[in-house]
Amino acid sequence: MATYRFTVDGKRVSVDAQPEMPLLYALRNDLGLNNPHFGCGLAQCGACTVHLDGEPVRSCVLPVSAAANKKVTTIAGLGTPEKPHPLQAAYVAEGVPQCGYCINGWVMTAAAALKKNPKASDAELRDALAGLKCRCGTHVAIMRAIKRAQNEMV
Amino acid sequence: MDRREFLKTSGALVVSFAAPVTPVLAQSGKPPLVPGELDSWIAVLPNGNVQAFFGKMDMGQGLDVAVAQIVAEELDVGFDKVAVFMGDTGSSCNQGGASGSTGVSNGARLMRRAAAEARRVLVDRAAEKLGAPAAQLRVEDGIVMGPQGKTTYAELIGGRYFNHKVEWNKQTGNPMDISVPAKPKAPAEYKVVGKPLPRRDVAWKVFGTDGFVTDVRVPGMLHARVIRPPRAACKVRGIDESSIKAIRGARVIREKDFVAVVAPKEWDAVRAAQKLKVDWEPLDAPFPAMDQLYDHIRGAKVVKRQDEVKKGDIAAGFNAPGVKVVEAQYEWPFQSHASMGPACAVAEVKDGSCTVWTGSQKPHFVRDGVARLLELPPEKVRAIWVTGPGSYGRNDAGDAALDAAYLSKVTGKPVRVQGMRADGTAWDPKGPACVHRARAALDRSGKVVAYEFISKGFSRQHIATNESQPADSLIGQAMGVAPKPNQIFGTPAESYGFENKLLGWETIPQFVEHCSPLRTSHFRDPVGPEIHFGSEQFIDELAQAAGEDPVAFRLRYLTEPRHAAVVKAVAEKSGWSSLGKGKGIAFAERNGTAVAVIAQVEVDRASGRVWARKFWVAHDCGLIISPEILRTTIEGNVVQGLSRTLFEEVRFDRDSVLSVDWASYPILDMGDAPESIEVVLINHPEIAPSGAGEPTIRVIPAAVANAFFSATGVRLRRAPLNPERVKAALLRA
Repeated sequence: MATYRFTVDGKRVSVDAQPEMPLLYALRNDLGLNNPHFGCGLAQCGACTVHLDGEPVRSCVLPVSAAANKKVTTIAGLGTPEKPHPLQAAYVAEGVPQCGYCINGWVMTAAAALKKNPKASDAELRDALAGLKCRCGTHVAIMRAIKRAQNEMV
Repeated sequence: MDRREFLKTSGALVVSFAAPVTPVLAQSGKPPLVPGELDSWIAVLPNGNVQAFFGKMDMGQGLDVAVAQIVAEELDVGFDKVAVFMGDTGSSCNQGGASGSTGVSNGARLMRRAAAEARRVLVDRAAEKLGAPAAQLRVEDGIVMGPQGKTTYAELIGGRYFNHKVEWNKQTGNPMDISVPAKPKAPAEYKVVGKPLPRRDVAWKVFGTDGFVTDVRVPGMLHARVIRPPRAACKVRGIDESSIKAIRGARVIREKDFVAVVAPKEWDAVRAAQKLKVDWEPLDAPFPAMDQLYDHIRGAKVVKRQDEVKKGDIAAGFNAPGVKVVEAQYEWPFQSHASMGPACAVAEVKDGSCTVWTGSQKPHFVRDGVARLLELPPEKVRAIWVTGPGSYGRNDAGDAALDAAYLSKVTGKPVRVQGMRADGTAWDPKGPACVHRARAALDRSGKVVAYEFISKGFSRQHIATNESQPADSLIGQAMGVAPKPNQIFGTPAESYGFENKLLGWETIPQFVEHCSPLRTSHFRDPVGPEIHFGSEQFIDELAQAAGEDPVAFRLRYLTEPRHAAVVKAVAEKSGWSSLGKGKGIAFAERNGTAVAVIAQVEVDRASGRVWARKFWVAHDCGLIISPEILRTTIEGNVVQGLSRTLFEEVRFDRDSVLSVDWASYPILDMGDAPESIEVVLINHPEIAPSGAGEPTIRVIPAAVANAFFSATGVRLRRAPLNPERVKAALLRA
């Protein structure tokens, strides 16, 4: 066991854990956050995605020790109902999610992709989102929302 | 009123989960929660807001919005004033849970009648209060206005019970119905029904401000992982408990062949599950080799046969002189629900009662199953449905709920169970593998004079579609209770007017009765995609044999005008005749809903990749309650159906399911998603609404396969149409 300090959504936190414990368990259990979600534990689906110093990572396989002294952002820290990220606003406007369990993967990955390349083409977006899973099949609505957000962001 | 506003106002349900509070009026005098009481369906709060208690639940398509629209409409209150509570056995009757796309057609019918009756009762009371005949009163947003004076629902009933009977048909589940003296509105009067209103669950999902069933936390709870056998139907010979002794607080719970680990910390439970050494005694190769699956089905003993449609003289048709006989077989694999997250449930057994939080789409049946497993009276069990990580039928959620309840009983503590990925992919009940034999005879003019379509496969209900009997759960089976499979399959749903016609099915024995990772149960549109993958390709094959266009051929034979109408509408919307190569159509009906789809595909011959780039859908489900929600529900059907068509196949060897994660059970990726889905909604206000949650998915596989044939001239009669299989088929051609 060791103590790891980092920030989550702007707040300083510390967690006592085995170094190999995935960050996901620290976020969900030690810090009591509802997001992100456990989908596979294998970095195959994206439901656990958070930003680590601005880069999307799969928190279900990232050891908590790797987050030490870094900035973790979850979907709840990306924007709020009062000050939504353009993607979150677009998701609401388009009514994208169905079960919604996959949402962290798509929103957090797309947010990082749009930051790097705000004018990403359809093909570039599809590449950037490769490997994420949505079992309800909301893919077409996801693309609509991202394009709506792109229009808002220019 | 959204979910969180309710929580603030009534101090209830989700946030802490420590003290479940029934979301109904607080004061005494509440009549029993039975369907024959109006108070079981509708409550008016002191501020005039309305609560509707619904015994079905939304799986993320927005059913609650449709229900709120219907209740607001019949009661004449604003849509925003109606909150819908779903799937808590403490506040709703057993309407069958999410089942068969009947949320609106079946479930909301009762809500409509209850709301209409509540309005009638309230207007009568207002008439008395205002001294004016009821016929002279009108209601606007909960305000009852008479010729002289007005009152409000809040004044008339707010915070109090109706104590008013409605007539219940004494049925439970989907057949539950009530009748009332009140006459619901005619569609011409609708102001709220039919409006495109937004979903209520999107914001909390997008901002992470509320929780899923996975987020339920009860103080002092233990975390558990259930250890499923590594192979089918294993028995436990022994467990080396010392293998987890280094993990603090972790312990093993075993009852016969049910094995679980619990620990105060979730990560410790996960590690314990990984490290625990269990000595399993496997069965001797209970499954055939995977490449023998369809031969196995063809040769298997028939347990039950049913001919559902039998018309004319089939033999005479086939034996008529000069006919051309067309024959084909179509094959569909086992498929997994593979919900986005493995199932989770939390249970607390305390003082002779049990509360269980579950993502199962049938919480009332969870209550009954838990009561049986724990030997408690059902009234001592409360099941509370909380949005789960995706549900399209009887997935792993039903198992998790019973697991959690049992583990809480044994440990004396609240227990949270969540599966690992393999529990949701390898161990969920599967959609059944099957083979479809199609045969038809055409006379010299190209007319179909005999038509036969027989499906043969595993029953769609090796275990029941709900978990009310422990025998239908893995824990029940691991403890030695044998399941009693229901033998049922299905036939194509269409109205092709072939004079001599036979539609039937045959079921075959399960590989393994107990604890099989290939046990079957309902998976979105049970046997719909499976059957119509064959039947709607075969229609195209007949059109080709007759030398006719697939759309024109369907229109020649469809006898129901609404069926023909969707085919015409989708052809028109897509510009069918000018689409060129690579397009395919399919049509089907489902419990009153008619849907036709055209797919346009591009095939990369080198890689074998099929990209279904565009879809057009024409959809008729009678009266449309909520058009935007309907549209996105149809889109989800298209994409999930496309995933099942192109990629999904449960892999197995002689004793294990090898599809354990997203790498070994691939689904559609964003790169394979369609570019566009254009939907034509045909509204029939004069026809009672039928379902929309599933009909579209059944036509996707054949539309894609027909489009593939149009693009390449090659028929793919075995699903999925994955790159490997496509490449091989194109090389052979």
